[in-house]
Amino acid sequence: MRARVSRLFEALKWLLGVWMTVVIIAAFFYAPAAQNLGQMSRIIYFHIPAAWVSVLAFAVCTAHSARFLRNRRTQDDAAASFSAELGLLFCVIATVSGSIFAKATWGSYWNWDPRETSIFVLLLIYGAYFALRSSVDDPARRGSLAAVYGILAFITVPLLVFVAPRIPAVQSLHPDGPILATGGGLDMDGRMMTVFMSSLLGFTGLYAWVFSLRLRAWRFIAALSNRQED
Amino acid sequence: MSSSNWAREAFAVLAKDVRSEYRTRYAFSAVLLFAVTALAVVSFSVSPYSLDADVQAAFLWIVLFFSAMMGLSRSFVREEETRTAMSLRLTTASESVYMGKLMFNIALQAAVAVVVVPLFLVLMDIAPAHPGLLFWATLLGTLALASSSTIIAAIVSRANAKGAIFAVLAFPVTLPGLSSAIRATIAALRGVVGSGSRPTAGAAGDLRALAAYSVLMITSSLLLFDFVWDD
Repeated sequence: MRARVSRLFEALKWLLGVWMTVVIIAAFFYAPAAQNLGQMSRIIYFHIPAAWVSVLAFAVCTAHSARFLRNRRTQDDAAASFSAELGLLFCVIATVSGSIFAKATWGSYWNWDPRETSIFVLLLIYGAYFALRSSVDDPARRGSLAAVYGILAFITVPLLVFVAPRIPAVQSLHPDGPILATGGGLDMDGRMMTVFMSSLLGFTGLYAWVFSLRLRAWRFIAALSNRQED
Repeated sequence: MSSSNWAREAFAVLAKDVRSEYRTRYAFSAVLLFAVTALAVVSFSVSPYSLDADVQAAFLWIVLFFSAMMGLSRSFVREEETRTAMSLRLTTASESVYMGKLMFNIALQAAVAVVVVPLFLVLMDIAPAHPGLLFWATLLGTLALASSSTIIAAIVSRANAKGAIFAVLAFPVTLPGLSSAIRATIAALRGVVGSGSRPTAGAAGDLRALAAYSVLMITSSLLLFDFVWDD
């Protein structure tokens, strides 16, 4: 049973590699460029999935944090911190790629667009989460303090998403069209939609794969150090 | 435990904190001096210019936010430093501890605001268009600051780098409240907002958002406080 599951994971890993390769090629050669933004619109196949994963990773971190507070298993604490690490990585990717896109289309790297504000706050939250983790020595206490902070910060994220865009002084420059289809400047072409959704799935799979890799490595090391103690 | 007992304990914690603060006046004087210093720096560096209401409101809340960051962690950090946290843990229910500390932080931050806001108006030579709105914005903003940072203070008091990470941890969590408070203050200072028949309608929404945010923070803190305090 266990061997079959691990063989399934092995197969999924290769499938993921092929999938991501096809998505990258398709993003540049198969999907058409958007009318207004031209070639620059190809960022949506990488930037938005990265931003999505950074929020998803935070949600997973919160779920594991809540589970850790309930049953105090060190594995949940480790999982929460691994998810936050990956979330931080994808958050940096989304911020940097978005910033380059902003320079190319709006003329400046940063201009406190509402969505830039919320991703910046997400970066700050991740940074604060790790600052807190590194400043507590006792593992059990580190776990519960970090878990409480993670849950607390996660509660405020939706507020930021709803409050920040309401700032009247700052009109959002973000091209909403391709994602929300609110009748903005762009319409999502069928081929664009296919590649975009495939990329979203691929990025999520990438996150899940690296996350499970980290967790398996952690379990292995934990088992090893247990055996040494015996 | 009955509810009256619970409230009595919370007020006992508050009374204890107020009494020990009254004896040393450590937190209050440190915070107040910090706030006045920051205010003076802002005021004499920008006094030749007449600033927009946006900038004035931002300055006011920067001063209030950082003075909160100076003072609000004291109530918990002091318990750890004087090693009284354990006896408090043994004698008092954790919800009562949280409510007592929350009330103390609200009182401390309100006391700072009572000094800082009039001083700010005098030094920056501002006549607010809606003084009543400014009062509510300050009051609810103070409540939001205290309610979001009390549990962060409890977290920080149990970590190693007590002073350094408080502002880092509190800022992202406080930001929704802070931005609503700034917007309500802008409306209060400038007067005319929006084009509707009631000029303060938008600001009323901000005040409601502040109150809702405070309730959300206090509720979730009450649920989570046990894990920070009793481990």
